[in-house]
Amino acid sequence: MWYFWAHFSITDKGFHFMSKDIRIKKGLNINLVGAAEPTTSKAALSNVYAINLLDFHGLTPKMLLKEGAEVKAGEALFYNKNVESMMFVSPVSGELVEIERGARRKILTLKILADKKQEYHTHKTLDLGKASAADIKKFLLKSGCWPFIKQRPYDFIADPTVTPKAIFISGFNTGPLAADLEYVLAGKEKELQAALSALGKLTPGSVHVSINAKGNSIFSQMEGIELHKVSGPHPAGLVGTQINKIDPINKGERVWTVGAADLVIIGEALLTGKFNAERLVALAGSSIKKPQYYKTKIGAEVSTFLYASGVNDKHFRVINGDVLTGSKTRQDGYLGFYNTTVTAIPEGDDYEFFGWNKPVFDKISTTRALTFSWLQPNKKYDLDTNTNGEHRAFVVTGMYEEVFPMDIYPLQLLKACMVKDLDEMEQLGLYEVIPEDFSLTEFICISKQPHQQIIREGLDLLHKEIG
Amino acid sequence: MSNKRLTFKKRLHIIKHQLRDKKLAPAFNAFHTFLFTPDETTHSGGHIRAADDLKRTMNTVILALVPVLLFSMFNAGYQHYSAVNGFPENFSVWNDFLTWDNFWIGIIKVLPLVVVSYGVGLLIEFIFAVIKGHEVEEGYLVTGMLVPLIVPIDTPLWMLAVAVVFGVIIGKEVFGGTGMNILNPALTIRAFLFFAYPTWMSGDKVWVYQGMERAGTPDAISGETILGYLAQNGQNEFSYTVSDMFFGFIPGSVGETSTFLILLGGLFLIFSKIASWRIMVSAVAGALAMGLIFNGVVDAGWITESSKFYGLMSFDFWKHLIVGGLAFGIVYMATDPVTGSQTNRGKWIYGFLIGFISVMIRVFNPAYPEGVFLAILLMNVFAPTIDHYVVRANVNKRLKRFKNAVVLPKDTEEAKLKVETI
Repeated sequence: MWYFWAHFSITDKGFHFMSKDIRIKKGLNINLVGAAEPTTSKAALSNVYAINLLDFHGLTPKMLLKEGAEVKAGEALFYNKNVESMMFVSPVSGELVEIERGARRKILTLKILADKKQEYHTHKTLDLGKASAADIKKFLLKSGCWPFIKQRPYDFIADPTVTPKAIFISGFNTGPLAADLEYVLAGKEKELQAALSALGKLTPGSVHVSINAKGNSIFSQMEGIELHKVSGPHPAGLVGTQINKIDPINKGERVWTVGAADLVIIGEALLTGKFNAERLVALAGSSIKKPQYYKTKIGAEVSTFLYASGVNDKHFRVINGDVLTGSKTRQDGYLGFYNTTVTAIPEGDDYEFFGWNKPVFDKISTTRALTFSWLQPNKKYDLDTNTNGEHRAFVVTGMYEEVFPMDIYPLQLLKACMVKDLDEMEQLGLYEVIPEDFSLTEFICISKQPHQQIIREGLDLLHKEIG
Repeated sequence: MSNKRLTFKKRLHIIKHQLRDKKLAPAFNAFHTFLFTPDETTHSGGHIRAADDLKRTMNTVILALVPVLLFSMFNAGYQHYSAVNGFPENFSVWNDFLTWDNFWIGIIKVLPLVVVSYGVGLLIEFIFAVIKGHEVEEGYLVTGMLVPLIVPIDTPLWMLAVAVVFGVIIGKEVFGGTGMNILNPALTIRAFLFFAYPTWMSGDKVWVYQGMERAGTPDAISGETILGYLAQNGQNEFSYTVSDMFFGFIPGSVGETSTFLILLGGLFLIFSKIASWRIMVSAVAGALAMGLIFNGVVDAGWITESSKFYGLMSFDFWKHLIVGGLAFGIVYMATDPVTGSQTNRGKWIYGFLIGFISVMIRVFNPAYPEGVFLAILLMNVFAPTIDHYVVRANVNKRLKRFKNAVVLPKDTEEAKLKVETI
């Protein structure tokens, strides 16, 4: 259930943008304790930086350097075996001290011991006005910015050899405790505009940017984009929801997506020729005493800011990303490649006496089965990582639809993935979704099914069989 | 280091780990997770989960059934003593219904049904869990409560036990357990009883305690149900008022009589978002529609008093909702999410047809004038078909969009090579 109002707005430069208002009705805002306050501190300097290759799903890396090699910030460490011009660069200058490998010598993590004095590897900048699509592609591929561009279907790093029908960017976060993009992007107009202009040349379609209808987004000043005002509960801020409402993906089509904060790194590289891995990261979650923002770099040790204001719990989980879509890391782990949020919440590995039948006031629920979160819709909850029940077969129906705004049957698609029915997976819309689109149905799932994993495995199978 | 210092929680935790991977682990875990929600944490996907699990869901349905069960225990005695002593004059709920005497009949007749249903059913669930090495699933918690409420009160316990064995194994476990079954297990049990022991399941003597024994004695008042009476085109005015029917002071299957409490249970299930309001509303609409059609046929003069269908066809359409098992079936059995339609649009169709067909079977089945359980079982079979067509509509929309989409020129092999050599 959603509505369109098309209207024209005229910016001060006289450009005509068609802006469409999109109202998302289905969804659920998960209000948690520990949102980051809008203040920023500089994180302590990290000694070691790490690139976690699990951040790049489906990538076959090929190393360019050996252990012990010296690198500059922005210098390539490895490349994509399938697209050899796609470089992955070091966030800092230093020594490649460790290549951690797993089973069958699969590379898991690269660790770089940072130099005291940082040196940057610079590329010749482009004249964005004149540069062709090929020039821009070439620049992004060699400068290490390309991996920020993701593609649908399959949620891989974008394949530069296929032209996308459009590029989508979500200009706001609605996920629980996720970084506030208005705060993170403040003052980055130049970088954003450069990145958006460059991306605009890579597609014959539009660069769609969705912003919060109620907010005051920096993107409303940008040129060369199609702006969409979106309102409603989470997952209104997920780019998948926006694509589904703006221009859904058909079989055989490609669209690209880029994280709004990643645009800053892309834009800065285009303007200066340097890959600057610096990021503003929201440290959030109920385990953090004073949640706030930290200035740090991709791959930095999370311990350089995790304890800066103290922690509330002894036994907590550190998450690279938000609580619905992030990946688990350790307290001595490293900031992920794409993450603008680090969340710490208490581990829930304890039993609860009669947890299944007593009235519940301190947990979130979409039912009213002696669960009372419906009484206080604005209350902030302190949730731990307990599953609140055991894994079961799918039983209850009709609940996912309440929080799933896409024009897709979520239960049927999940089941098609589970039984590996490729035809059904295609027909029910698997090309349009990525795991994070099922993070909310997974959260409310009474049978505690691993929705995101099911979708990921379904996508991998579809890619393997159909490509 | 004595074990005495350990808390109960810790001791159970130790036993759980000692039993891990052993045959009996599922049996122990069933009791353990009954007492304590497990210490399991998220390990894939999102890191937090909502409060609800399947146990809580099933528990909510059981809560909605408790008032019905309690009422049925009083009604067991009330119907019995009314049959023996005649209906009380100036009926008062407090003095004539909610009495210890009545409740005692409930304890000796209804409670054993509950105990046998749960005992036998859960035993089979445990055996299957141990054999298959999966956890004991919660589905039977509701089934076990439904079964005693939908059988005649004098059903012999061994008969019930046999039916439960059949229903749980053939109706559920062979399909893979809770969530995998095609037919509602409680109704499978009911259907087994109906077809295996028809004399115990229908007629006019099985609905009241000791009705069989009293049969033939001259002073015994008939304990037949209202539907049974109507199906016989009964000539005497029956003595039940609309209020009796609505509040449930009538004979019938153990728990089906009180439309009032079933309605409250239904509202509770809708409010708690556990059962589908779409199915309930559309089933009521379906029943009313069929009832109206029959009333119309009678009004048009196509059916006269000489017809054997006259009694039920001329019964006011809305009264179908307050007699027999229709209300109980709609609220507690049609809404079973596993065997019902799974799409929201499908639920409307599924529910409507259940109501519609229930009343149709009522009128046209002279041997057994209650159709709701057959209607639900029939629609259980058709639910996947309904869903198939609902989902196809979505698929077709996607295919149409695909056909109308502008196809971009394929990138040439040349362009690909160019990028690779950059």
